[in-house]
Amino acid sequence: MTDTLANAAAIATPTVYARRKRKLRGSTVAIYAFLIMCALFFTVPLYVIIVTSFKTMLQITEGEIFSLPREWTLEPWYKAWNTLCTGAECNGIKSGFFNSLQILIPSIAISLTISSITGYALALWNVKWANTFLFILFMCAFVPFQIIMIPLIILMSKTGFYGTYLAVAVVHAILSLPLLTLIFRNFYKDIPQELMSAAMMDSGSFLRVFVEIILPMSGNIMVVVLILVITSVWNDYLVGLTFAGFSSQPMTLILANSVITSRGEVIYNVDMAAALLTAIPPLVVYFGLGRFFVQGITAGAIKG
Amino acid sequence: MPNIQFSQLVKQYGAVTVLENLNLDVHEGEFLVLLGPSGCGKTTLLNMLAGLLEVTSGQITIGDRDVTDLDPKDRGLAMVFQSYALYPTKTVRGNLKFGLVAQKLPKEEVERRIDWVAKLLRIEQLLDRKPSQLSGGQRQRVAIGRALVKKVGVFLFDEPLSNLDAKLRTEMRLEIKKLHHELKQTVVYVTHDQIEAMTMATRIAIMDRGVIQQIGSPDEVYEHPANIFVARFIGSPPMNVLETSLKVSGNSVQALHEPTGTRIDLSDYPFMSRPDDGLRASVGLRPENFITGNGNGSRPAAVFNLPLLYTEKTGSDATAFMTSKDDLLAARIDPGLVSKLTLGEPLALSFPREKLNVFDARTGLRM
Repeated sequence: MTDTLANAAAIATPTVYARRKRKLRGSTVAIYAFLIMCALFFTVPLYVIIVTSFKTMLQITEGEIFSLPREWTLEPWYKAWNTLCTGAECNGIKSGFFNSLQILIPSIAISLTISSITGYALALWNVKWANTFLFILFMCAFVPFQIIMIPLIILMSKTGFYGTYLAVAVVHAILSLPLLTLIFRNFYKDIPQELMSAAMMDSGSFLRVFVEIILPMSGNIMVVVLILVITSVWNDYLVGLTFAGFSSQPMTLILANSVITSRGEVIYNVDMAAALLTAIPPLVVYFGLGRFFVQGITAGAIKG
Repeated sequence: MPNIQFSQLVKQYGAVTVLENLNLDVHEGEFLVLLGPSGCGKTTLLNMLAGLLEVTSGQITIGDRDVTDLDPKDRGLAMVFQSYALYPTKTVRGNLKFGLVAQKLPKEEVERRIDWVAKLLRIEQLLDRKPSQLSGGQRQRVAIGRALVKKVGVFLFDEPLSNLDAKLRTEMRLEIKKLHHELKQTVVYVTHDQIEAMTMATRIAIMDRGVIQQIGSPDEVYEHPANIFVARFIGSPPMNVLETSLKVSGNSVQALHEPTGTRIDLSDYPFMSRPDDGLRASVGLRPENFITGNGNGSRPAAVFNLPLLYTEKTGSDATAFMTSKDDLLAARIDPGLVSKLTLGEPLALSFPREKLNVFDARTGLRM
């Protein structure tokens, strides 16, 4: 018995294989070169914006845009937030920040509520003409905003909403509904039929089943949709430009008005700081929730 | 307490008819098993009873209420699903509670029922766990509990044990049987597993291609199958069916199995009507009814002397398979005998008269 064990041990001594050397192949080099180029494409301008925002105007006029600031200053950031001028007013970009928030929040509330409930109904309840409706939604998702812009403006002005925060928020919500509804519908389609049957036998109430059973299961997809909505609403320029009134202009609009100026001195460091300030909120959301975003996508969330 | 009645039930998907003109009564307090191969329409029938599928035409009544067009929640039913279908984001307690809160029961009543069911199914210590933290058997218990707390008159089970391992399945089978015995509620249970059907049912309805082939107690369907389908479907190993032609002369009826030249004496078989000479008949012989040896003195219906092909031992039992030219003949034998047999040698088996099943070969119906 011990003999056989000893034999077995002798046989089982692991053979050490020489580790295969990784060869750097041509295709690998090409892929890396391509990826680095893509990365530079985004990072170089970002680098320039960041360093410029910390430079003094004196150094900027020297013209070396890639150099690091000799003297780091936060003044451009302060000015951008508080005293940046758009037209005749010099209240900084902060009013735009709060305007953007006032547009974003109702827009999220409206689009998420309507699209999740519609997606749930289309996926899990017997809706007559559901497939026709889905097809129309799908087509609508590809209609460019510019085509329906003028009728929408007329509609808004007739109803008296034109130029308010709500008008911008509602237009954003309407524009995002087709895509979001499709995303929700595809996500809910994967919920097991038997689970829905059990809920039908237990309660059968459309809203109760949604709120108590389905909604708690939609965490990942909610994050995906939230990121999509926040990014698109916050970064939007055209809807804000056409639907916002003078006092409800979003951050992007105020930024553009102050940066794109044909008169007077261009204060580059303040402009760059203002641009960065505008870009921060979506970035924060992305870094904070990005982990869930990837989970949501890999969970088969966005497909079809 | 209700009894359930299906009358002239039809279910069509477009041009495909799944159930055609089905009539079935489920008695109060009985354990009815719908048994059949997959695709026979048993789950469709259950889902129509539950209200999860629409009825094309016909009527379903529970007690004296016509429920054909009622919503599932208004039918007074509870259902246990194959995948358990527990709400994944709710705790066990939340799962049990959901249906009760929807019925707007008072809080104390909800708590009382959850305590009762938790004690009954021994899941008290699991109440605050999520379904993902439970084992398969525990999930099964919770799923049954979720049906029981609703205290309805009729319970529906859709192949509830098919996701469990063999040992757990045997345990749960007993448990469900015990619950039915204690609570005495009407149960409609769908399965494709004949052992589940035989052990649990008070009556079995055997279905094939949307038609109920036979309905009766486990013993009835086993010992007096109404047709060849039922005869072959129930029993493991399945019944041997020999294609024969009848020779009728006077009081004697003989079935001749041409491939082996065996004569089976059907003279004492209780034919429903006197058969014609030359009729093709299928004679069914259950493997466990064979007696080894040539049955001297006991007047067997037939004696087979066929070469042994192979044997199968399953501990408590052994099955011998003989070749009958174009077919196999299975016979249960004493496991102690297996070692004494030689493959290829003929084995003498006799079959007693009172255990015969005879079917008309054309219609498949019992004669």
